[in-house]
Amino acid sequence: MNREFFEIRAKILELAASFDRLDRGDGAVEDRRIELIREGLTILDEDTPNRAERVQLLFSKVYSEGWRSEYGL
Amino acid sequence: MYYIDPHIHMVSRVTDDYETLSKMGCTAMSEPAFWAGFDRGSAESFRDYFRQLTEVEPKRAAQYGIQHFTWLCINAKEAENVELSREVIAMIPEFLECSNVLGIGEIGLNKNTKNEATIFLEHMELAIKFQQQILIHTPHLEDKFQGTKMILDMLTDDSRIDPSRVLVDHVEEHTVETVLENGFWAGMTLYPVSKCTPARAADIIEMYGPDRLLANSAGDWGPSKPTAVPDLIFEMRRRGHDESLIRQVVYENPIKFFSQSQNFNFVRPDVVTEKSATP
Repeated sequence: MNREFFEIRAKILELAASFDRLDRGDGAVEDRRIELIREGLTILDEDTPNRAERVQLLFSKVYSEGWRSEYGL
Repeated sequence: MYYIDPHIHMVSRVTDDYETLSKMGCTAMSEPAFWAGFDRGSAESFRDYFRQLTEVEPKRAAQYGIQHFTWLCINAKEAENVELSREVIAMIPEFLECSNVLGIGEIGLNKNTKNEATIFLEHMELAIKFQQQILIHTPHLEDKFQGTKMILDMLTDDSRIDPSRVLVDHVEEHTVETVLENGFWAGMTLYPVSKCTPARAADIIEMYGPDRLLANSAGDWGPSKPTAVPDLIFEMRRRGHDESLIRQVVYENPIKFFSQSQNFNFVRPDVVTEKSATP
């Protein structure tokens, strides 16, 4: 915690400032991306392991096992 | 500490970077063929590029005591052009006997399209035919998970592929486990924004251990940092890891993987030969 505290604090502050910037900006931000960001923040707050892996999967396209037959390869 | 950067695009870097890397302990590097930032118009452009990789860069590196190795292919982005890709693939055997060529790479997927997959499979055939090692590019950001799984499908569906001779690069938290479980080598690319940071790479080493893991800088024409591997060394030391563990990832593992290529005639600067030891 001694090593990580100030880094985490700085990253939370960057996120807070980013959301403030979005609020001040023109145009709607209620699209799929803002939903993903909200889901990502939820993962951070959960008391479970592998948060980084789960955030990565949240922002990933879905893999289909049948892709080779779909492509005819 | 001596280290090897197993994936760095020195054609994009100024000569001063060679000097800096040498001073930071880089003793060898391997440079996969990649996208130039624009789509090339003909196969002859690739012939010149392959000459740059096999003739020019080794000389530029040698001026600073760095041994330069390379991999040849048409990259995943330009592989969308199937006709051009087939012309380039037909040319590659002309260069496979060059003294610094380690294999076929960096082949892979970019947007995970049918054309990209078609050319990936044809590169695989080339590597199998000429018994070459393979270095693989996995896609970035939202395409990475899907693309990595597709690449692993193509590799593992072919019994002629020996996973121990294949390096799958740009792994991150959600792809590293499946790459290692299937017996492949995994490379972590230390790169701002779109790939892995030194701290997250250190996390991956702590979670999965050092076996078959490599770290590289990519060091290309984008916003990358050619000295990213020393950044990882620093991060590992900061966490109190043994020098032997760090050395395995940044030096011994690249040597072990590359040594499967007949052209990896690496001279270890840390091994005193009889001749050099003689007063």
